[in-house]
Amino acid sequence: MKGLASYFTKRVVFAVVTIFIIISFNFFLFRILPGNPIELLYRNPMLTKAQIDALYHQFGLDKPLWEQFLIYIYNSLTGNLGISFYYKQPVTNVLIPALENSLILLVPATILSIALGIITGVVSAWHRGTKLDFALLGSALAFYTMPTFWLGSIFIIVALYIGGIPVSGMYSLGLNYTGIIPRIMDLLSHLMLPLITLTLVLYGEFTIIMRNSLIDVFTEDYIITAKAKGADDKRIIWEHAYPNALLPMVSIIAINFGLVVAGAVLTETVFSWPGIGLMIYDAIISRDYPILQGAFLIISITVVIANLIADFVYSYLDPRIRYK
Amino acid sequence: MIDINDLFVRYKTENGYANAVDHINLRIEKGIIFGLVGESGSGKTTLGLTLLRILPPSAEIASGSVNIDGTDILRINENEMRKWRGKRISMVFQGAMNSLNPVINIERQVAEPLIIHENIDWEQALKIAREKLALVGLGENTWKRYPHELSGGMKQRVVIAMAIITDPEILIADEPTTALDVVTQDRIMKLIKSLQREYNLTTILISHDLPIVSEVADKIAIMYGGKLSEVGENEQILRNAKHPYTSGLLSSIPEPGSSKEIKGIPGEPISLVNPPKGCRFYNRCQFASEKCKNYDYSPKIVEVGHEVYCTLYGE
Repeated sequence: MKGLASYFTKRVVFAVVTIFIIISFNFFLFRILPGNPIELLYRNPMLTKAQIDALYHQFGLDKPLWEQFLIYIYNSLTGNLGISFYYKQPVTNVLIPALENSLILLVPATILSIALGIITGVVSAWHRGTKLDFALLGSALAFYTMPTFWLGSIFIIVALYIGGIPVSGMYSLGLNYTGIIPRIMDLLSHLMLPLITLTLVLYGEFTIIMRNSLIDVFTEDYIITAKAKGADDKRIIWEHAYPNALLPMVSIIAINFGLVVAGAVLTETVFSWPGIGLMIYDAIISRDYPILQGAFLIISITVVIANLIADFVYSYLDPRIRYK
Repeated sequence: MIDINDLFVRYKTENGYANAVDHINLRIEKGIIFGLVGESGSGKTTLGLTLLRILPPSAEIASGSVNIDGTDILRINENEMRKWRGKRISMVFQGAMNSLNPVINIERQVAEPLIIHENIDWEQALKIAREKLALVGLGENTWKRYPHELSGGMKQRVVIAMAIITDPEILIADEPTTALDVVTQDRIMKLIKSLQREYNLTTILISHDLPIVSEVADKIAIMYGGKLSEVGENEQILRNAKHPYTSGLLSSIPEPGSSKEIKGIPGEPISLVNPPKGCRFYNRCQFASEKCKNYDYSPKIVEVGHEVYCTLYGE
């Protein structure tokens, strides 16, 4: 058990170092972008030089880059992500509600896509070479390569054609709910299309990984051993092959968490879902550095944490890692 | 009694069919250790896998029958066959390799055949599994371990415990000591021998290693190129080998303290795809003659229990 503790400690230290590197990287990344936030901000050609300078000073943009960087690091570590150029509010106040909205979409989409990916992958692998395999693998590949905004747009067109299905936002505008139930129902009806879109875009990769990983496992000697014991197909798949095939899946899921967020940017933009993805999109247009930095920081930390969890899950699934 | 009649098993390959088991007739008496010896690609493993019907998808049992106590196991359906696997016929694979599942602990893997075949809960099954593990010489500290934590010899013991937990009638051991060091090899062989004696277990010992097989086997069959070349009692094969291939195998065994040069057999094993007509050993045999080219593999009886498949003998 001592090995397990040192394994966890090592992983946590790695995660912390990674997050620090990301914080530094974030700062420079957006300053390389062309465009000037102050120019976009004042929008008034009549401003005097003194007023413009005052704006630069207010946001600390008149200081040398290294000083801005040190201030940024200090603030980031103390939880102060700065003031949004555009919203004129602390970044955390703007980002936290957006993050909550995103999670309402991302968490179910991730879970659904993993479940769908595992099921189709297992079925596909077991029936490999048949028409069923071809159909499942084909649709997985098709959805995987489909542009998110395109698929989203198709759903919007279909929904408008059918009618009665909300295609944008989280809640219907101007409604006064009589209780929590109607409010949730309204949210769910708005959630439907973005959730389906994101799930479909994400699940294909899981199908392919699960299928290939299982097919690899099927050729292992211990599968023949299981067969020689008299195990039936169900037992061979779920007791012997599946736990082993899951190992590469866990890494892929963690690595892909960033992709989930990227998928969210497009999905949220298409369906005007007021989440962190839509906020990133707006912030890029208005060169809102603090929001971008904040959003990227939150996303990066989520990805790092997802990987950390994956490491723990991995050690739970694979005894070879547990006792190293 | 295992009665193998005209068994023909072939694999589909890109160049045509590979005849791995090429019309073989063999009778294996109950309660003995039957050694099946041949080099890689001689068809011995295919013969073993056929008895359990766990051949890879590219393989095809083209003809023949395998009668065990009056049941032709090649004719029963898959559901019926599953009841034989791990229950009446068990197989021991090369444990040192990957025949144990890396993510399931030892005692659960050993107990699994009971869960599959008997109406028994995990608690009882694990209790029996621990007894069997102890029987093959694995102590309590290993029971909850995972395969990667065990040595090759320990893994081999686990695989054996797993195979005997349902008290099978027939045990097929395919290269059970390959990749183990000589001391461990010896211990595993002694274990197999003692189990066979204790449970009157019909044991089919498949190996490329004639000296190891000859230490424990009651009867030995030599395979070459998908065909049998010689079958006999242990003594008959060792002291009175008739087939040039068997003699070649025996003369490649180094003798301790002897300065005699080890001869070996020149040439390469033949391909099982489109094998030549007549004797498979023809192109490597120093006694080869014209009539070998048309040899139809009719057995020549040397004495009771000793058969040789060679044109040098008999009529």
